[in-house]
Amino acid sequence: MLEPPASDAFTTPPLTRKRKAAEATLVHNETTAATEASVALSPAATGTPASGNSTRKKLRSAEQDPGTDSTSGISGSFSVPARTKSTDLNTPVSTTMESDEDFMSIGSSPDDFLDTQGSDVESLDDFGDDFDGGFSKDKDIIATKRKPYEVESSVLSPEDIRQQQNVQINEVSSILKLPPESSAILLRYGRWNREKLIDSYMDHPETTLEEAGLGANTQVNPRTEKIPGFVCDICCEDGDDLETYAMRCGHRFCVDCYRHYLRQKIREEGEAARIECPGDTCNIIVDSKSLGLLVTDDLKDRYNALLMRTYVDDRDNIKWCPAPNCEYAVECPVKQRDLRRIVPTVQCDCKHYFCFGCTLSDHQPAPCVLVKMWLQKCEDDSETANWISANTKECPRCHSTIEKNGGCNHMTCRKCKHEFCWMCMGLWSEHGTSWYNCNRYEEKSGSEARTEQAKSRASLERYLHYYNRYANHEQSAKLDKDLYLKTEKKMTSLQSQSGLSWIEVQFLDTASQALQQCRQTLKWTYAFAYYLARNNLTEIFEDNQKDLEMAVESLSEMFEKPVPELANLKVDILDKTAYCNKRRVILLSDTAENLKNGEWTFNVDW
Amino acid sequence: MGSQKRIAKELAELVESPPDGILVKLADESNLYLWKVYMEGPEGSPYHNGKFLLNLSLPTEYPFKPPTVSFKTKIYHPNVTNDDKGSMCLGMLRADEWKPSSRIHAVLEFARQLLAEPMPDDAIEGRIAEQYKNDRKRYDEVAKEWTRKYAVESS
Repeated sequence: MLEPPASDAFTTPPLTRKRKAAEATLVHNETTAATEASVALSPAATGTPASGNSTRKKLRSAEQDPGTDSTSGISGSFSVPARTKSTDLNTPVSTTMESDEDFMSIGSSPDDFLDTQGSDVESLDDFGDDFDGGFSKDKDIIATKRKPYEVESSVLSPEDIRQQQNVQINEVSSILKLPPESSAILLRYGRWNREKLIDSYMDHPETTLEEAGLGANTQVNPRTEKIPGFVCDICCEDGDDLETYAMRCGHRFCVDCYRHYLRQKIREEGEAARIECPGDTCNIIVDSKSLGLLVTDDLKDRYNALLMRTYVDDRDNIKWCPAPNCEYAVECPVKQRDLRRIVPTVQCDCKHYFCFGCTLSDHQPAPCVLVKMWLQKCEDDSETANWISANTKECPRCHSTIEKNGGCNHMTCRKCKHEFCWMCMGLWSEHGTSWYNCNRYEEKSGSEARTEQAKSRASLERYLHYYNRYANHEQSAKLDKDLYLKTEKKMTSLQSQSGLSWIEVQFLDTASQALQQCRQTLKWTYAFAYYLARNNLTEIFEDNQKDLEMAVESLSEMFEKPVPELANLKVDILDKTAYCNKRRVILLSDTAENLKNGEWTFNVDW
Repeated sequence: MGSQKRIAKELAELVESPPDGILVKLADESNLYLWKVYMEGPEGSPYHNGKFLLNLSLPTEYPFKPPTVSFKTKIYHPNVTNDDKGSMCLGMLRADEWKPSSRIHAVLEFARQLLAEPMPDDAIEGRIAEQYKNDRKRYDEVAKEWTRKYAVESS
C-alpha cells in the first residue's frame, strides 16, 4: 500500500536513524561486554574497581518494568518508551542522539532506572545469600536493586563465550606452566572446574595428564614432516615425499589420512573436545594446534563451534537461549537445588524470556517442578480417564465401559447382553420383585461406590477450573500475539492517519508486549494455584491474581479498538499498561517472597 | 581408492599368517569389500568342534569407518543376535571407538575370544546373558546343542 509521500518522508527517517544508532550502540556494547565478561570471571581480578564497575554494568535485571512504583517520579508518558529497543542495550544511550532518542533515554536505561531506587538493600542481601560461589561475588551487585522475583544474569554472545574460555585457559596455562592448547584439553577433561583440576594436577601431574589424554611430553612444536621410508598405517601408502604428521604420542600418519580422520570426526560425528589420535588404542587428544595445522578454515570454524557447545554444556551456570536461531547464552548463578525456592526467569538479548532452571518459556510464578507436573498432567490422558471414571461404569461381566445417558436402572450390556442394576451393579435377576427401583441402594457397598464417584468428580472439576483458565490465557496470549504482529502495521497507519510520529505510536508496541507478558504470568498462576493448598496467604494471592486479570482484560479490550480511535486512547492505554505491569510486579513479588521463605504449602509432594 | 591398498595388504597378511582357528577369503574374488571368515569354536567352550561362518563387510570409507561382522551360522551366544542376521555387538566396532589404524586381525581375534568368553554385561540377547550368568549349565547345553545342530558338518 502506498503512503502519502509527505508523511512517509517525514516519518521514516527517525526509524532508520534510530536503528542505526541502536546498532552502533550494540556493536560497542558487545565489544565491551566481551572484555567485561572475562574480567568478571577471573578471581584474581575480582574486587578491583574495574571489575566491580563492569559487573554492575553487565548486570541485567530479568525484568525491567517501567510502569512500577519506582518510576513514579517520572510521568506516565515518559516511562513507557523504556520498553522499546534501546532498553535492551545495557549502556546508556549516547549523547549524540537527536532529540527524540534523548527523550527515550530518560528513565529508560537500566542504570538510571536502578539508581532511582536502591534503598531496599536488606531484602536483597539475604536473597543474595541463597546463592553461593560459582559467580563473581561482587559486593557492588548487592547495591543494585532487584525485585524479589528477579535473578542476577548476564547475556553472553559467542564472542563472550570464546573469551571466557580463553581467559580460563590462559590462567590455567600460567599457573601450571603448560602451553594453552594443553590447558584447554585439561580444562575440557575436568569440565572447566579449575580448582579441582589444578589440585589434581599438583598432586599427580602424570596421572592427570594421562587421563586427560595429554601424555607426559607436552613440549613439541607441531609440524608436518617428510620421513624417508615411511609407510602410513592407515592407507598403507609409502613414498619419501609423503607429508606426515604425528602428535607428541609419536603415532605418525600421512597428512591426507589425518585430515580425512579429523574431517569425519568433526563433520559427521560432531566431535571436537575428545578427538583421539588415530592410532589404535592411543587416547591422546588432538590439540587445537595440531588441528589448526591440518584442517581447512571452514572445518576449524565448525570445530570451534562444537567446542563452544561443549563448553556451555559443561557449565552449570551458562545455558543457551532456547529461542530459535538465537546464538546467545545466558549466565546465571542459580543452582538446581535453588529451584524449590526460586523461579529464575532470565531475559536474552534477543528479548526471549526463559526459565534458567528448565529453559522453558518464562513460567513465573510457578516453580519448575510444578510446571513439569502440570504440563505432564495436561498432556496425560489421565484426565480423560478421570472423566471416564466419573461418568461411566463397567459392565460387571465383560468390563465394557458404559455411560448411562438416561433410562432406568435396569441395564443390559449391549455387548454381552448381561443384565445388571446400575445402582448396585448386582445381577438384575436377583432383584426379585423390586423392579425398576433398587432397594439395595442404601447398602454399605453401594454408598461407598457413590462416595468414590463423587470424589472423583469433584477432583475433576477442580482441575478443569484451573485448566480452563490456564488454557484461556494461553489462547488469548496467542491472539494477542497475532495482534502484536499487526501492531507495526497499525502503527504505520496510525502515523499516516493521525499525523503522529513514529516515536509517538510506540505506546502500542509497549502495550502489546505488556499484554503478552501479563498473560504469560496469569497463565502460570493458574497452574501454580492448582497445586497450592489453602492457607492464609492464598487469599492474597487470589486477590492479586484477580486484580491483574481484570487489568489485563481491560487493556486487551482497549487494544482491539479500531485504528482511528487508538490515537485518542493513547493516555488510557499508557495508564492501563503501566497499571498492568505494576500489578504483575506485585503478584510476582508476593509469590516469589513466599516461595523463597517457604510460606506456601502445596497439595502435592515435590 | 586409498583403502584398497590397505585392504589388500590386510587380506594378504591374514591369508599368509592366519590367527588361531580363523580362515579368511574373499566372498567374491572381484570384490575386496566382502569377506568370508571361517571360525573354529575355541576349545573349552560349548562352541568347540563347531565351524562358524561369518561375513565381514567393509564400508567404502574403510579404514575410517569400522567393518561390520555377522554370524551366518546360527549360534547361541549373548553377544550375537538370535535371528537370521546374526549381528554382533563388539565395542571396538562401534563408530566412536573404531580407530583408522585398528586392524581386522584384531577384530577377528576379538570375535573368537568372545566365543571363549562371552561378555554378558554388553549383551545383545539379554535372555541368553541372564542364563549365562545364572544357569551356566543350561546355557552350555543349549549352546552345545546349537553348535552340533548348525555348526558341525555332517560327515
